[in-house]
Amino acid sequence: MTRDTAARPGAPLLDADVQALASPAPAVWCSGLRKQYRRRTAVDGVSFTVGRGEIVGLLGPNGAGKTTVIKILLGLVRPDAGDVLLLGRPARDPRSRVRVGYLPELFRYQPWLTPAEVLALHVRLAGVEVPVGERRECLAAVGLADRAGDRVGGFSKGMQQRLGLAVALVARPEFVVLDEPTSALDPIGRADVRDLLLALREREVAVLLNSHLIGEVERVCDRVVILDKGRVAASGTLAELLGGRELRLRLGEVNAEAEARLAAAGPLTRSGDLFTVALPAAPDSTTVPDLVAGLVGLGVRVHAVEPGRISLEERLLDILRAEGGDRR
Amino acid sequence: MTARIVLVVAALTLQEAARRKVLRALAVLTLALLALSAWGFANLISIEFEGGTFTTGELRLVASQVLNLVMFGLSLIAALGTAFLAGPTLAGEIESGIALSVMARPIRRSTVLLGKWLGLVVFGGGFVTVAGLAQFVIVWSTVDYWPPRPVIGLALLAAQTAVLLTLGLLLSTAVSPMASGVVAVGLFGATWIAGVVGGVGHGLGNESLAQVGTVSQVLLPTDGLWRGAMHAFQDSSALAEFGGPAMQGGFPFLSRAPLTAAYLTWTGFWIALVLGLAALAFRRRDL
Ligand SMILES: Nc1ncnc2c1ncn2[C@@H]1O[C@H](COP(=O)(O)OP(=O)(O)OP(=O)(O)O)[C@@H](O)[C@H]1O
Ligand SMILES: [Mg+2]
Repeated sequence: MTRDTAARPGAPLLDADVQALASPAPAVWCSGLRKQYRRRTAVDGVSFTVGRGEIVGLLGPNGAGKTTVIKILLGLVRPDAGDVLLLGRPARDPRSRVRVGYLPELFRYQPWLTPAEVLALHVRLAGVEVPVGERRECLAAVGLADRAGDRVGGFSKGMQQRLGLAVALVARPEFVVLDEPTSALDPIGRADVRDLLLALREREVAVLLNSHLIGEVERVCDRVVILDKGRVAASGTLAELLGGRELRLRLGEVNAEAEARLAAAGPLTRSGDLFTVALPAAPDSTTVPDLVAGLVGLGVRVHAVEPGRISLEERLLDILRAEGGDRR
Repeated sequence: MTARIVLVVAALTLQEAARRKVLRALAVLTLALLALSAWGFANLISIEFEGGTFTTGELRLVASQVLNLVMFGLSLIAALGTAFLAGPTLAGEIESGIALSVMARPIRRSTVLLGKWLGLVVFGGGFVTVAGLAQFVIVWSTVDYWPPRPVIGLALLAAQTAVLLTLGLLLSTAVSPMASGVVAVGLFGATWIAGVVGGVGHGLGNESLAQVGTVSQVLLPTDGLWRGAMHAFQDSSALAEFGGPAMQGGFPFLSRAPLTAAYLTWTGFWIALVLGLAALAFRRRDL
């Protein structure tokens, strides 16, 4: 079935994406998604792919359209245009979601049920057989083992989000979509989620993670997709996006010659006695020592040299500011 | 597969009804009504007027009327209960976000809707049957009256609840949970009044007035079914003997004729149509 849809000859929908033809089909493939709410365009031509076993971060400012994209992928919102393949099946077909787990941004579960009953319900709806023991383990993994018999209605917000994580993970998914999974969690809960994500990676479960906690994304994601104003502003692996390393130097008595030497090593920015050189993606091991020796040779007083990596946060802000500049 | 999901959702809906406060409110209202009617019926036999008590025939006629009156109360409770369950169960889940995680499962929206409908129908039907039977027992033990066609009557009452909750489901795909309950109950009341107006029209031989009742009974079959149910509860021989004037005036708690097969067919079609519309509206809805 998967192969049928993926290899349909001459289907224009699939020609664009070679990965879709490779087996197995990616966890999700979407192309040209567009959604308008009344006069406001929420999503405007979004395309991306999440490969099997890959963890992809979905980033962007408030109102960028992240949640809307996620809801389109899961068939919760009807797109005005665009195609979605979930685990190789068109998203119109409910069966495409058999192996998909989802934690919504707005997480609420039947308040009249207990967590154990909520999990039992979702397993039944998914049409998957999951023994009681495994469901209990799932609750334990999110720290709700001792509350399994209480009504969800009496849960705190963070406990409901933990339950939501258990719901997303209980039916043995191959693809998990998490929309701000740590928005209500305490620091320990956040660390737990990070461990859960790493465990999912071990099991080769694909994850689409939308989060405003960039550190979290940077630590676990293989790739990121950055949305802004409903469009993909940038996407790629962390190495691609953060490619440049930088070198921060605090120098005294810098003359024109020394400045030229610095600029030769890479693009240079200066503020007072602090110089920042952006080094190429893969500098060889002699670049920094040579530079320092050269500077000393030119009579520069070297007070400090510290390597720095451009953080995803800085990169994100750069991209979003550049986007804002383009539009204005 | 689909049938299994329908049953899962129906069971969930029943569980919701059982665990929410609605059930307690319904039970309290019903018990109050039953107790009140037991007291009323017990007094009925001993009423004296113009120096004597009722003859058996008169008593049967009065018992029919009062039984219908109390059954109307029960059907009103059932209508209110299911309409206020039907609204929140769909619109409320969309509003709260419960629907997000449920609908992200490999299931169709129409399947969920059908499951909820089935659960509500079972709940409404169960309530009508239990409360109705309790009422019959009360009437039987106090004035020794047993309705002629209790099963048909109760089935029609259950159908009436089904009609109303189907309407509630359709409304709840479009408007807020509370509003859908209020509108459904409002329409229920309006058709009932239109039915009474139509009855008066019949009594006065005023064609256009009678039409009001007929048209409203076609648009929303609750009142038509209710009149059919009344007909099954009342003693027709006593009615034929003593009820002439009451019938002429279009008395709201006596019915002139049983339901036609055509009307029942229309009711079935109406339910299917409204449920189909609700499924269509729900499918198009962004969650
Ligand atoms: N149901 C809706 N009706 C009308 N507009 C909507 C609706 N849902 C989203 N929007 C609009 O679509 C745009 C994108 O919203 P979305 O929720 O996808 O943003 P987001 O990237 O998830 O933001 P956040 O980081 O705040 O969660 C916003 O401008 C929002 O106003
Ligand atoms: Mg969002």
